[in-house]
Amino acid sequence: MSFLQIKNLRKKIGNAEVLKGIDIELEKGGFLVLVGPSGCGKSTLLNAIAGLLPLTSGDIVIDGHVVNDLHPSKRDIAMVFQSYALYPNMTVEENIAFALEMRGVDKSARAEAVKSVAKTLQIEHLLKRRPSQLSGGQRQRVAMGRALVRQPRVFLFDEPLSNLDAKLRVEVRAEIKALHQNTNATIVYVTHDQIEAMTLATKIVVLKEGTVQQVGTPAEIYNHPANLFVADFMGSPAMNMLKGKVVSSDGASRIVLFGDDVTIAIPPSVSAALPQGKEVIVGLRPEAISDAGLADPQARSIAHIDADVTMVEPTGSDTFVTGRLHGMSFTARTRADVHVAPGQKFPFAFNLDKAVVFDPESGERID
Amino acid sequence: MSAAQETVSAGSANTARYVIYACLIILALLYLLPLYVMITTSLKSLDEIRAGDMLALPRDPSTAAWVKAWGEACIGVTCGGIKGYFWNSIRMVVPAVVISTLLGALNGYVLTKWRFPGHKLVFGMMLFACFIPFQAVLIPMARVLGTFGLANSTAGLVFVHVVYGLGFTTLFFRNYYEAFPDELVKAAMIDGAGFFRIFWRILLPSSGPIIVVTIIYQFTNIWNDFLFGVSFSSGEASPMTVALNNLVSSSTGVKEYNVDMAAAVFAALPTLFVYVVAGRYFVRGLMAGAVKG
Repeated sequence: MSFLQIKNLRKKIGNAEVLKGIDIELEKGGFLVLVGPSGCGKSTLLNAIAGLLPLTSGDIVIDGHVVNDLHPSKRDIAMVFQSYALYPNMTVEENIAFALEMRGVDKSARAEAVKSVAKTLQIEHLLKRRPSQLSGGQRQRVAMGRALVRQPRVFLFDEPLSNLDAKLRVEVRAEIKALHQNTNATIVYVTHDQIEAMTLATKIVVLKEGTVQQVGTPAEIYNHPANLFVADFMGSPAMNMLKGKVVSSDGASRIVLFGDDVTIAIPPSVSAALPQGKEVIVGLRPEAISDAGLADPQARSIAHIDADVTMVEPTGSDTFVTGRLHGMSFTARTRADVHVAPGQKFPFAFNLDKAVVFDPESGERID
Repeated sequence: MSAAQETVSAGSANTARYVIYACLIILALLYLLPLYVMITTSLKSLDEIRAGDMLALPRDPSTAAWVKAWGEACIGVTCGGIKGYFWNSIRMVVPAVVISTLLGALNGYVLTKWRFPGHKLVFGMMLFACFIPFQAVLIPMARVLGTFGLANSTAGLVFVHVVYGLGFTTLFFRNYYEAFPDELVKAAMIDGAGFFRIFWRILLPSSGPIIVVTIIYQFTNIWNDFLFGVSFSSGEASPMTVALNNLVSSSTGVKEYNVDMAAAVFAALPTLFVYVVAGRYFVRGLMAGAVKG
């Protein structure tokens, strides 16, 4: 039985339909990440779960109870805002204790709770300070403390890391993950950063223009994107999208890539029969293309293709090599010490086990 | 090196600065001159005043005129000084300022954080109140006060000033709260604070600068008001400004300029006091740290 259910949720703001029938389920202790480009409705959805926005139609169910008409404070949720929203006139201690005070928890119990949360988050030395005297990372932690102290049924995070610098973001991301593992809290987390989504989630929901594109585990979303949008949005560098055409000869179908001279086998992910002459898009992650020497020995289906190298981008851990053949570019993730320079011919190995095929008209994946 | 720096030499920049400072100092002195004349005249004896040198320092400073103005000067037919009227004004101005500021803050809070359909229209109408000339409301207001039984009372004046001040205080607070992050209100809602608790615990404590601005503005306006005072009160119930006018225009025998001046200084003191005291709390940046860094 799922702990948080969102059923056919719709939200209109003015004449614009921002959420167009969202259905999501999350089990207890799950970490749900809502991801999508700006304007996709992910923050609106989070605000709707929090009760800060009235719904146009649909239901939100927490632990078996429809909470549509419950005031935010009665939903037993806690929210961490992008701006942290710490009360500027109160000390850190008062900030964390405020929700308990509003619930009429007595003073000694409040102090006890604040103390234990502060200990978990290692902010004990900051308790007497005001938000204006804290650094970005410390404010972030206080904001989490304010949510934790309530011991809510569901935690809501609204892009909590986007105001932090890159290094701190990685640190706090790990802290949030650890927090989830230790407390087994149920979390709904909004971000536009696909890496945050991949690292944190047990379940990812990709949104675009108010509709759910795909729901799945990080591995499902990454390896089996439901459509071109999800494939392109998740992953960096982006998935290679290679245009091709199905040809049949001798009773076996193959896909012609890069004009006429390179044909590859139909990737194993496709079980449907593809008609002769059908246009397709073959999606292949950069890491599924490597130099021939490094090709996955376990792979059942590998295509060896020689192509011109147009760009070499070393990142330290890997080197991204951009190849070009018949006017089509693709990016390969090769080992860091690969010896290649722009202008050379290079033998690429395409691991077709990892390839997914899309229908260019509908944008959907072909299974 | 930018072009601007090359065309203005250090010497000519300094000269310009001296000219500007000289102008400012001269204008400041000019502006302070009436205060100087008021204070020196109030400390002189009548004989010395009649000698005619207005700008001279008093030869033999005496506070006799001050004592007389406060407790003995005749206003109309009673000779109890201005002290009664001074307290009238205090009793009028303190509640009027407090009530209009609080209501303005509440209006600003509702108009920015609890928006309702038509909130713009309501705000527009409240703004309109800022532009209605005092004279236009005198007669309707007199009717209203009469109906409420508040005519010729301090409570009546408080009511008038609250109503008239609401437009301004609402404007101040609405614009201030417009910039106040909505997320703080949302966070407080989730934390379980209700409408008034959010106002009282979150917004009001963060409104220091705008409260000070509003108080200075309202206090000065209400304290200095003459028209409403003279229209809606009379005799013993008059505020300070009206009493000062009556004192100066009561011509029984000799015109005591020193007493008039002392009374005028008394009338000006509270606004000066509020400005000096509250101005110190005119601190900016109370909101720093509420939102990101």
